[in-house]
Amino acid sequence: MSATSETLVPFEDVLAAYDPALGLEVHVELNTATKMFCGCPAAFGGEPNTHVCPTCLGLPGAMPVVNGKAVESAIRIGLALNCDIAEWCRFARKNYFYPDMPKNFQTSQYDEPIAFDGYMDVEVDGETFRVEIERAHMEEDTGKSTHVGGATGRIHGADYSLVDYNRAGIPLIEIVTRPILGAGEKAPAVARAYVQQLRDLIVALGVSEARMDQGNLRADVNLSLSPKGSGVLGTRTETKNVNSFRSVERAVRFEMQRHAAILDAGEAIFQETRHWHEDTGITTSGRPKSDADDYRYFPEPDLVPVAPSREWVEELRGTLPENPVERRARLQEAWGFTDLEMRDVVAAGVVEAIEETVAEGAAPQAARKWWLSELSRRANDAGVEITELGVTPAQVAAVQKLVDDKVVNDKLARQVFDGLLAGEGTPAEIVEERGLAVVSDDGALSTAVDNAIVANPDVADKIRDGKVAAAGALIGAVMKEMRGQADAARVRELILEKLS
Amino acid sequence: MPEISRDEVAHLATLARIDLSDAELDHLAPQLSVILESVASISGVAGADVPPTSHPMPLTNVFREDVVVPGLTAEQALAMAPAAEEQRFAVPRILGDEQ
Amino acid sequence: MSDLTRTTAADLAAALAAGETTSVALTQAHLDRIAAVDGSADAGVHAFLHVDTEGALAAAVASDERRAAGAPLHALDGVPVAVKDVLATTGLPTTCGSKILEGWIPPYDATVVRRLKDAGLPILGKTNMDEFAMGSSTEHSAYGPTRNPWDLERIPGGSGGGSAAAVAAFEAPLALGTDTGGSIRQPGAVTGTVGVKPTYGGVSRYGLVAMANSLDQVGPVTRTVLDAALLHELIGGHDPLDSTSVDQPVPGLVEAARQGAAGDLSGLRVGVITELQGEGYQAGVLARFHESLELLTAAGAEVVEVSCPSFVHALATYYLVMPCEASSNLAKFDAMRYGLRVLPEGVDAPSAEQVMRATRDAGFGDEVKRRIILGTYALSSGYYDAYYGTAQRVRTLISRDFEAAFGRVDVLVSPTAPTTAFKLGEKLDDPLAMYLNDLATIPANLAGVPGISLPSGLADEDGLPAGFQVLAPAMADDRLYRVGAALEAALHDRWGGPLLDKVPALEGVAR
Repeated sequence: MSATSETLVPFEDVLAAYDPALGLEVHVELNTATKMFCGCPAAFGGEPNTHVCPTCLGLPGAMPVVNGKAVESAIRIGLALNCDIAEWCRFARKNYFYPDMPKNFQTSQYDEPIAFDGYMDVEVDGETFRVEIERAHMEEDTGKSTHVGGATGRIHGADYSLVDYNRAGIPLIEIVTRPILGAGEKAPAVARAYVQQLRDLIVALGVSEARMDQGNLRADVNLSLSPKGSGVLGTRTETKNVNSFRSVERAVRFEMQRHAAILDAGEAIFQETRHWHEDTGITTSGRPKSDADDYRYFPEPDLVPVAPSREWVEELRGTLPENPVERRARLQEAWGFTDLEMRDVVAAGVVEAIEETVAEGAAPQAARKWWLSELSRRANDAGVEITELGVTPAQVAAVQKLVDDKVVNDKLARQVFDGLLAGEGTPAEIVEERGLAVVSDDGALSTAVDNAIVANPDVADKIRDGKVAAAGALIGAVMKEMRGQADAARVRELILEKLS
Repeated sequence: MPEISRDEVAHLATLARIDLSDAELDHLAPQLSVILESVASISGVAGADVPPTSHPMPLTNVFREDVVVPGLTAEQALAMAPAAEEQRFAVPRILGDEQ
Repeated sequence: MSDLTRTTAADLAAALAAGETTSVALTQAHLDRIAAVDGSADAGVHAFLHVDTEGALAAAVASDERRAAGAPLHALDGVPVAVKDVLATTGLPTTCGSKILEGWIPPYDATVVRRLKDAGLPILGKTNMDEFAMGSSTEHSAYGPTRNPWDLERIPGGSGGGSAAAVAAFEAPLALGTDTGGSIRQPGAVTGTVGVKPTYGGVSRYGLVAMANSLDQVGPVTRTVLDAALLHELIGGHDPLDSTSVDQPVPGLVEAARQGAAGDLSGLRVGVITELQGEGYQAGVLARFHESLELLTAAGAEVVEVSCPSFVHALATYYLVMPCEASSNLAKFDAMRYGLRVLPEGVDAPSAEQVMRATRDAGFGDEVKRRIILGTYALSSGYYDAYYGTAQRVRTLISRDFEAAFGRVDVLVSPTAPTTAFKLGEKLDDPLAMYLNDLATIPANLAGVPGISLPSGLADEDGLPAGFQVLAPAMADDRLYRVGAALEAALHDRWGGPLLDKVPALEGVAR
């Protein structure tokens, strides 16, 4: 079926007939200094093939040795997800051929994950969904290929590929949910919220940068539909290349609509892996995989079992950050936000940003205002996640301070953000460079106010008569003359003074 | 009696990424069946209550510190590559999908 | 100094220490010997796949300089050694006897190679082997077979026939081999040399191109028990680069060998494994075996029979565990990063998958392909429990038999191999018949216990060497050396000298 001929059922209609079941597999790239099985740097970037050794290159005779810090991070992630930690587990080989995998098997965990049977409570629009976590396990990342020749730079149609193994062997934790049922029309939102809040958790643990745009947090989305009330799970499809929180939501929505169309037509869902395209908002079929299902797993014979002592596990439990649900409740109270305000903040994924902005000295409501409205809008326009916009909490706090000090007003502050995003320097520098400072000289203001009064005699009369609200028009005129660089409140004061 | 058919051998060869000629397939399948028959003699020898040995020595928890250790230079890594370009391994076009 | 190539490593070390010879002289003598008898794939011993004249002599020079400067030296500093071509050596090809690695020069050294170099042993070169260590005759080498110095029309054993033949032909006083199912011990038996498989984990596997990771071990190949002990102590010990290596000190092996040579075995309880004798074992092999038992008794040992019932399943278990692990280990040879790259014929712009398939078809020999297919099959979904899973459980039974046996005796013994060296080509068409050579050696690998083979004499019917195998509990490698040295001393007394004094002259065979 070609991409353009996908039939979609309108979303509301999907829900009328079907119950969606969601599954999410999230890969977290750990921020350890070295790789999972060797001492090569796990750092991002670097010239190609400069972070390699016999082990991560898969040279004949080389052997793996487990990174203890990665195990520690895996256990902490498991504990934060309320999982049981295995008393004894092993690594296993997942065998398949692919040039970005130097050994042509991935050292992973199969039926003995280090963490299992957990859950995460996810907040969506004031409702709490408990997402059950089936398992979290350790594995290694693959190298990276760039495809040369061919039209799109994607793999299909490329002439050949160039492989860089710097990334091969970097530790990954794969977190797999149990099927998420009963989300109904909120399924897309639940999927998005899960990934977002999981990300917050990972960041709070300090085990990864967890940025989808940098590839250190990756999500695969699984979806199936079952006839409403039937209780029988349908055939699922897996969608990859979902590179942002927004994509997660959109991909779920799309697949729900696509599945419904197929099922409505009386056909069967083809179990496959699909590829999400953010630009066109559709999924397309991946290549059919005939032998890929048979990974011929067996325990990795070059490694010995991992058996974390219960003492070690408890010690690590003591290093966990505050439970996210409790944390959000505490912050809401500290900030004095209403339930609705907090919900919006959570949904936008800016809890941490606000926390950091407040830590830099801004008032919570001010922080909320900037992150939720101005910066959210800009992120949307730029098509990026708000945390990837490039504006830091410290900068937001600095801008708010300029407003508090009446150096700029709200409107001018927005121009400061323009400058920040353009990389023009610090807020103070931008104000200076762009000449955005509010005029604080009463003399100049006074003159402008006098001019406005003279130019608008009717309005001035109304104000003299006590219709204070009419001052708005005069304020507007003054602001125009001042090119916005005036403190509107002070202008109003001056107007009322002169006309009282 | 366990047997491996010629077709199965062909399928396994695909899984193992080895091109086998018709002659090789004809030759291998009966040999493999004979071997398989002899190794199948162990089925039923160990009851389900016998734990498997994946390691002769009962070691656990062998870890290393998260400290960088010098590895290979790109030159060393690429020295034996059949083909290289831009300091990367050049490989023919890949048909399958990443997993 | 009498023929330097006919001297034991221990005696060479003593001569170096006494200033009676130099490492350069020793090394050159062995290089000359190699040139005289090793020949090529077509004629001669063909123990070596690669001889590093320059490197070996440079190392010899350095050794002599160290000695002259009065620096502290390892006992074996300056004594040359040969290395099986399955171990990574920087600057020297490491082919594993396969075309798929033809010309591959590793950018790193195996840990055991590093230890040889750090101790100052010149490395003469890399020795021949069955391709990827799969075989019992070295006939599966992609570079032509090695021939048994006792009879050049016969096999030298395998997979480490090259190392054993090199030592038996006096081309090297010492060699390193690897043993997964008997690949050190069985060649030792059929060439009249000494070979040891250490306790699993006792010697580092880092840099050993894996065949079956849970079975492989690196070990010494020598002409005497004492030489083996010296080499074993040098290469053994914990390696942080090998997660499966044991972090306990190697017990005093040289000490045990010296003590054993005194000939007193009183108090030792020896168990003859019931299941590893009788039918299938050549009469001459059994005769020498029984004589050796008598000598042990005469030395004061108590010899009893011990039954290890699950050993009858060892061969089948091995031929399941090993191909499974090997099939996965050999997946990395795919023409993408190193090694052979073959393009499929008549295909325009072949894909990576097509290149992989063509390369692996061209680069792997028949035995390797057989085992990869078998392993792939046995690991397939639906078959894991029946094959690999079951085999791992039978392994436990075999380990338990060893445990029970070692509760009653201190060492277990058997003939090393059922027959003496067979003729080249004799068993090539019958893989199962070939596998039977490993009957007696395989159980030790499955359980991880150490074993030694030393010459027990020549079989009457063909005048070819037979081997005597001693097995000990895990971590008790010293017992191998004590018992081995005692038996060796008694046998040398009986023979009037080492068995290899009787090996036919090889001069002129390389032409």
